[in-house]
Amino acid sequence: MLVRPKAGILDPQGQAVEGSLRQLGFAVGEARVGRVVDLELGSTDATSARAEVERMCEQLLANPLIESFEIELEDV
Amino acid sequence: MSERRPQIAVVVFPGSNDDRDAAWALHALGADPVLVWHGEQELPDVAGVILPGGFSYGDYLRCGAIARFAPAMEAVGRFAADGGPVLGICNGFQILCEAGLLPGVLRPNRSLEFICRDTRVRVERADTKLTSRCTVGQTLSIPVKHGEGSWYAHDELYAELIALDQIVLRYEDNPNGSMHDVAGVCSREGNVLGLMPHPEHAVDPLLGPADGAFVIASLVDAAREREQALV
Repeated sequence: MLVRPKAGILDPQGQAVEGSLRQLGFAVGEARVGRVVDLELGSTDATSARAEVERMCEQLLANPLIESFEIELEDV
Repeated sequence: MSERRPQIAVVVFPGSNDDRDAAWALHALGADPVLVWHGEQELPDVAGVILPGGFSYGDYLRCGAIARFAPAMEAVGRFAADGGPVLGICNGFQILCEAGLLPGVLRPNRSLEFICRDTRVRVERADTKLTSRCTVGQTLSIPVKHGEGSWYAHDELYAELIALDQIVLRYEDNPNGSMHDVAGVCSREGNVLGLMPHPEHAVDPLLGPADGAFVIASLVDAAREREQALV
C-alpha cells in the first residue's frame, strides 16, 4: 500500500526534504512524503485480497481526511 | 471541601505520560481520579473521562491511530454517546479525532519542530461542559508540548463546524500552523472536548500559569452534576 498526503494538504516533511535536496544541488520540484506498507496476505484471490486491503486502508492505514492510498498486489 | 468528589477516569495507554499529572490535577481540583488501563472493556463507575497526553503506541502510523482501537475506547465512545463529559488532551485529542468522536485531524507542526512552551488561547465557547468555568473572550495561558498538533479540516468540514459552533478554543499565538488558529474543538453536543494545550500542567501557580484549572474544574463540575443527576 502506498499512502500519501492528498493534493493540497500542506506537507511540511515534503518541504523539508525538498529544501535539503536543493541544498545538495538537485534541481527538484515539489517533494511529497508518504508511507509504504508491505503486507503478506494468505489469499490467492486478487479481487478479495484487494477488497480486504481497501478495508484495512480505510479503517487504519490511511486517514481519509488527509491521505489517499494506492494498492499494488504482487505474487510471492 | 464538603462536596463529594466525583470519580473521573484517566485512561492509560501504552505510551501515555501525562496520566499521573491529569490525576494529580483532578485531585487538586476536587475530583477522585481513577486510572483505567486501555485494555479494560468497561469503564468503572465514573462520571467523567480524561484521555491524557503522551505518545500512545510511539505515535506509530499516525498519532492516536492505533490507540483508538483499544477496548477502553469503545467504552469511552458509549460514555460520550450517553452525554458523559470527555476531555482529550494532546495525544487524547489526537485519539478522539482518529476515533471519529471529534472532527478533524492533528498533523505534524508546520515547523516540524517539537514545541514546548506556554501559549495563549482564547475561549470561544463557555457553554460546553468542559468550559463552563470560563467566559467567552477570556484568554487562558496554558502550555503546549507536541510535535503533531497542527489541527486540520478541509473547508467544507470547517464551514460545518462554524455553523454548529464547535470551535471552542483558538490560539492567539498559533504555535503549530493549526488551521484558523484552532486549539480545541468539541462534539456537536458539547460534551466531548479535545485540545492540544495541557490544562493539567497549569493548575498550580507555583509551577507557572494556572489557567488550566478553568478547564479541569469545568470537567469536575460536569462530573459532579452527572453524578447527582444519576442518583
